[in-house]
Amino acid sequence: MGAYVIACGALARELGSVISASRLAGITVEYLPAGLHNTPDRIPALVDERLARAAATHESLFVAYADCGTGGLLDPVVARHGATRLPGAHCYEFFAGHALFAELHAAEPGTFYLTDYLARNFERLVWAGLGIDRWPQLRDSYFGNYHRLVYLSQTRDEATLAKATRAAAKLGLAFEHRHVGLGLLEPAIRGLGAA
Amino acid sequence: MADDELDLSTLDDTELVEQMHDDLYDGLAPEIVEGTNILLSRGWEAQEVLNKALVEGMRIVGIDFRDGILFVPEVLLAANAMKAGMAILRPLLAETGAETIGKVVVGTVKGDIHDIGKNLVAMMLEGSGFEVIDLGINTDAEEFIAALEEHRPEILGMSALLTTTMPYMKVVIDALVERGMRDDYIVLVGGAPLNEEFGRAVGADAYCRDAAVAAETAEALVLAKRLMSGED
Repeated sequence: MGAYVIACGALARELGSVISASRLAGITVEYLPAGLHNTPDRIPALVDERLARAAATHESLFVAYADCGTGGLLDPVVARHGATRLPGAHCYEFFAGHALFAELHAAEPGTFYLTDYLARNFERLVWAGLGIDRWPQLRDSYFGNYHRLVYLSQTRDEATLAKATRAAAKLGLAFEHRHVGLGLLEPAIRGLGAA
Repeated sequence: MADDELDLSTLDDTELVEQMHDDLYDGLAPEIVEGTNILLSRGWEAQEVLNKALVEGMRIVGIDFRDGILFVPEVLLAANAMKAGMAILRPLLAETGAETIGKVVVGTVKGDIHDIGKNLVAMMLEGSGFEVIDLGINTDAEEFIAALEEHRPEILGMSALLTTTMPYMKVVIDALVERGMRDDYIVLVGGAPLNEEFGRAVGADAYCRDAAVAAETAEALVLAKRLMSGED
């Protein structure tokens, strides 16, 4: 019965918008906490558990994660369940597309990336998540080798842009904005409707 | 509040070392500096302070990080505290000509600028008695090889945090193989997205899951290599 998607909570808005805009029916989406971004080693086991539970009741399985810092350990889980996943190493790459991301990284390896989700949740996930709110001296330990922050936006929203700009200032990094939209996420999710 | 006012100089040696373990755990750099100076003033050798107070303290931090009790910010604070103690001990160790176990060249691979883990490994290796040549971040194969030729270490250690950069470790190892240099060095790899399987796949001698393991592995492999080659 339809497709099952296990997704990163950071993609909830974007997935919802693709599914509703494309009028995709019969897709069940479940989310894992976006906070796993900071502890990616936990992702493969949690995805495995959800896929195992959904396998018997769905025609196809999709993992709305890239490798996301799992060091290749997500791929065997995906393969074992006959599922597929989003392309690339992380959300920055599937939003920006492979060529642009490679270009950005080659131009400045010391680039910190934000998506809409990360820009909106910067204070909680990055600033507090890395403990910089409690120990400001850690900022330079984490970000001393970074030189710029690139905001890869999914939507054109002034408030989110302002948050991303402020994040760069707080981290002491040069700011750059690239509007990339949904990138490779959109065709991957639309493909589920065609499957 | 009473703890905040604890006078470290009133503690005997055993209590002070235990207190320094706690202070390292809590990332209190000024207290580590004070404790280090007190032990030295009581006639402790720099190496003894390093091993018993700092390295042992960081080993405990490493275990609790591995077990999910401590997280990256706390480990980073502990590392900064150890660094403060090391700054006092390093010149003393150099002055006394403390014997080193061996040399290690370490670096974060090309395309990667993350050095928190690599710095921690370098510090633990140094604490274990290795001379560490740290090439920094974004290090390409030529830079690694040039450093190996210049410093002739026993060990090459490579670090990566990104899934996209960790394959570069194989580029470096392949370059060593091509030049017939691979067997001259013990190659250790580490970094958050790596695992043992990856270490084997790229042809490393060992994958080290954290800084304490890196130091233990480095020591064990150097000693094993010396035994195999009939050195002392």
